[in-house]
Amino acid sequence: MNFPLFPDEASAAARQTDYLYCALIGVSLVTMAVVFVPIVIFLFKYRRGKKADRSPVHLPEMKIEITWTIIPMIIFTGLFAWGTEVFWNVERPPANAMEIDVVGKQWMWKIQHPEGKREIDELHVPLGRTVKLLLASQDVIHSFFLPEFRIKQDVVPGRYTTLWFKANKLGTFHLFCSEYCGTHHSAMIGHVIVMKPAAYEAWLTQGETSGTLAQSGERLYRELGCSGCHENSTIVHAPPLGGIFGKSVPLQTGQFVTVDEGYIRDSILLPAKDIAAGYTNDMPSFQGRVNEEQLQQLVAYIKSLPAPVPNNSIQEAK
Amino acid sequence: MNTTVESSEIFVPAREPKTYLTEGRTLKSWLLTTDHKRIGLLYLYSLLVYFTIAAIAAALMRLELITPAGDMVTSETYNKLFTIHGTLMVWFFLIPSIPAVLGNFVIPMMIGARDVAFPRLNLLSWYIFNIGGSLALYSVLFGGVDTGWTFYTPYSSTYANSHVIAMAAGIFIAGFGTILTGLNFIITIHKLRAPGMTWFRMPLFLWSMYSTSVIMVLATPVLAMTLALMSIERIWGVGVFDPKLGGDPVLFQHLFWFYSHPAVYIMILPGMGVVSELITCFSRKQIFGYHFVAFASVAIAVLGFLVWGHHMFVAGESIYAGIVFSFLSYMVSVPSAIKVFNWTMTLYRGSISFETPMLYALGFIGLFTVGGLTGLFLAAVGLDVHVTDTYFVVAHFHYIMVGGMVTAFMGGLHYWWPKITGRMYPEKLGQLAALIMYIGFNLTFFPQFILGYLGMPRRYHAYAPEFQIYNVMSSAGASILGVGYLLPLIYFIWSLKHGKKAPANPWNATGLEWQTTSPPPKHNFKETPVVTGPPYQYSAEETEIALHKPAKEQRAAS
Amino acid sequence: MNNPPTALQDQFVEMPQQKEAATLGMWTFLATEVLFFGAMFMSYITYRTAYPRAFALASHHTILLFGTINTAILLTSSLTMALAVQAAKESNSRWLFRFLVATVLFGVAFLGVKGLEYHQDIADHLWPGPHFKSGLPPEAQIFWVLYWIMTGVHALHVTVGIVLLSIMALMARRQKFSGAYYTPVENSGLYWHFVDVIWIFLYPLLYLIHRYAA
Repeated sequence: MNFPLFPDEASAAARQTDYLYCALIGVSLVTMAVVFVPIVIFLFKYRRGKKADRSPVHLPEMKIEITWTIIPMIIFTGLFAWGTEVFWNVERPPANAMEIDVVGKQWMWKIQHPEGKREIDELHVPLGRTVKLLLASQDVIHSFFLPEFRIKQDVVPGRYTTLWFKANKLGTFHLFCSEYCGTHHSAMIGHVIVMKPAAYEAWLTQGETSGTLAQSGERLYRELGCSGCHENSTIVHAPPLGGIFGKSVPLQTGQFVTVDEGYIRDSILLPAKDIAAGYTNDMPSFQGRVNEEQLQQLVAYIKSLPAPVPNNSIQEAK
Repeated sequence: MNTTVESSEIFVPAREPKTYLTEGRTLKSWLLTTDHKRIGLLYLYSLLVYFTIAAIAAALMRLELITPAGDMVTSETYNKLFTIHGTLMVWFFLIPSIPAVLGNFVIPMMIGARDVAFPRLNLLSWYIFNIGGSLALYSVLFGGVDTGWTFYTPYSSTYANSHVIAMAAGIFIAGFGTILTGLNFIITIHKLRAPGMTWFRMPLFLWSMYSTSVIMVLATPVLAMTLALMSIERIWGVGVFDPKLGGDPVLFQHLFWFYSHPAVYIMILPGMGVVSELITCFSRKQIFGYHFVAFASVAIAVLGFLVWGHHMFVAGESIYAGIVFSFLSYMVSVPSAIKVFNWTMTLYRGSISFETPMLYALGFIGLFTVGGLTGLFLAAVGLDVHVTDTYFVVAHFHYIMVGGMVTAFMGGLHYWWPKITGRMYPEKLGQLAALIMYIGFNLTFFPQFILGYLGMPRRYHAYAPEFQIYNVMSSAGASILGVGYLLPLIYFIWSLKHGKKAPANPWNATGLEWQTTSPPPKHNFKETPVVTGPPYQYSAEETEIALHKPAKEQRAAS
Repeated sequence: MNNPPTALQDQFVEMPQQKEAATLGMWTFLATEVLFFGAMFMSYITYRTAYPRAFALASHHTILLFGTINTAILLTSSLTMALAVQAAKESNSRWLFRFLVATVLFGVAFLGVKGLEYHQDIADHLWPGPHFKSGLPPEAQIFWVLYWIMTGVHALHVTVGIVLLSIMALMARRQKFSGAYYTPVENSGLYWHFVDVIWIFLYPLLYLIHRYAA
């Protein structure tokens, strides 16, 4: 009979979580001992009919109460700090992560690698590389849960959420949807397959692809008419998109916003939301005309657009 | 034994006096009663109905989960089962349980009053509760609802194909019953205490009930509006949670949990209040640290409003919000810990007996401590990322709600049963049932902690094969737990006709409710009692001395 | 001192206790109402912070005239309500009745204006959904969803208040109140003032924000 207590540890971060878990188990066992042992002793020693000293005793009540208020507070603060540290590391992806796009929809996970490879319910990743997932939902709230990596992130319609991990073990690991999403919620499962980097590179080139994610995005960009306004249009004054990803742009309201994936997605679906300063509310919404996967392709394309070459350098080149 | 009551008398008549049970025996006299004691019983009967349905749903779920494949019921049915189980258990069993049954019955008597402040509102609250309950039952019987008890949008507002609105409307309406009950208790405790019963002479059950009532009246309206907003979106297809309009589904979660977190304190504070009564009575001792226990109840109620975001650490709230909520969640655990320590110290130098109510009280301390400690795991935000939405959470809240609150409810029911019915329940059977429940409970829910850490998500109809062993253990435990609850149901009913007749004070307890007959007369007391000292004026020393006196002297003394 | 026309209820020991209980009960109930409306106000604050421009554009289509008239009506009705309570305190049943009736009439007038306004709003295609007024960003629909719900729930409360005050007026007519006993009037007044205060918040949030938006 197999009585597993821990899932596999597929990342260094998973080990950090396990340490915290074990510490909490330790604290719990100590607390239970501190409470249950005296209780059991008292139940024996002072049971009705048993001779014992029951004379009223004046204990320093206030001191005792303060002591067993302060000590738990200190222990809890320590646990809070430890938990926060683990959380901080888990939530903030390191730089230079490779990005993979995920769309959750009832009841499957659709994955798009930037090189163009697509998969359903399976996520191939290379060993030892930091992977950052861009998560989108086509319909209801889902949650991307990798127990062996000890991480999960809800996938919320209307926005992007992210999740990162770095596998340090080869193998096949569980992927579960962990936010109830309807009838086949418990079938919205799959696997993460960690491969040696060389094997991963080879895998990427196998099978048919329709170009990289950015290339698919470029196709859409032209099909949907985006280029009509955003590329040197003489009729419409639309913001140029070259090099815009990651920049801080001023809005009509005077605030500044950093152009991230979410901002690009909002600009396509809710163009009136955060209009760039100096522009008017002329852009139509593409709500209903693009699905989440197509949006990820457009985002990938726009991210790939280089900043425009400044004019004077062209002059000099001449 | 010391008593703080000065001016009431126990009237021993030549023939059977009228009690609240015998004063008017028609159906009409029950359905139009304004007597808080009868209303408490009316609630008890209603709760039995909802509890039974929700328990059957749980039984079916645990049967299905014996095997990894979803082969007993369809996925759709399974989803409806856990939704029905959750909604009925939370809103139609647990939230009313101690407050509406024991609170209604005991509070006026405990403060030396003739009834609650607004008896007609009290009856109205029962009707409102059952109107809501009827809508919930309609939803259950005519196809079910499958959103989970949490009704997350946009699934509930846009995608679900089940009787969402009927259930939401049922909860909305029943919520007003809760608000009225809470309002009644607040005014009652403020204004109807017997002369001499200052705030700090109140038994701790009243402090717990008061704190619970404050939560009830302030939190429930938010739930009502939130469910209404979700229903409106569902009916008209457009609403404030709709991402297509720029709405935020996560706003629903904020609004929902702003209510539902305080709601879980509604589902534990009354139990803690009962435990304070039981531990003192059955160890014949003053409570250790009265003021701290009383203030801890208030602190739990206040802090409970500040931690709702810990249900949303991975839902899309910011990292900084998560950190703040984690810290506050640790702080709200402190008053609960204080209570456990104070109960423990109360046993010191006590004279402890193990009647059924005491077994339940001790069981509460054991199970609530485990449940509370696992709350510390969930509050550690980095760890919560792994275990949230898994069986770890399921185990945690069942330890508190079932291992804690339901256990305390059973303890209180056994303790006040003689007062309510005038009959004793069979003691040996009571102790056996408590033991069976305790074993069954741990076998059912402890393996679920392990399942959660292994990664089994909640609300799963089918699961990965490596999780089977713990699921089998859990289902086996559930069958034992079922026996543990079935036994009292049977012997309580049996005791109504065949139980030993109960004296006014079978436990020799302090507390004004024991200074009148069992069952009490309609207006509780012949004369308003006057209180001259603190509660729990027990003496373990004197109890033991009386015990060891030669039999002749004991007879003379009683 | 007159014999209070209402009997001391069984569960109370003396009349002042009964009065205090009733008043504390009403205040507690009003606290629950704050939370009830609070959920809607929180939603409003969330979205207005996120979409200030869309909200301003949406608010522009509210009918300022009707909103302002209604504000004046409700404020005046609070005055007549306060005067009613004063009349009760002075055992002046005649004026108590008149002021209660005036308050009720103002309440009905409020609902009447609201009805006209709703009628116009619908004609202007301001009902959220597929036929919503074109030319506004989609987020503006969120404003209008909140407008309908918040003013609708408020109107429901006004209606309840009208019924409550009508009952009070009838009782006043039958000389049920005097300086010794007018608790129901006072507590109904508390309720009515609360309903007014909610409107005081709704009015600027729904009607006035477009004045300051870009």
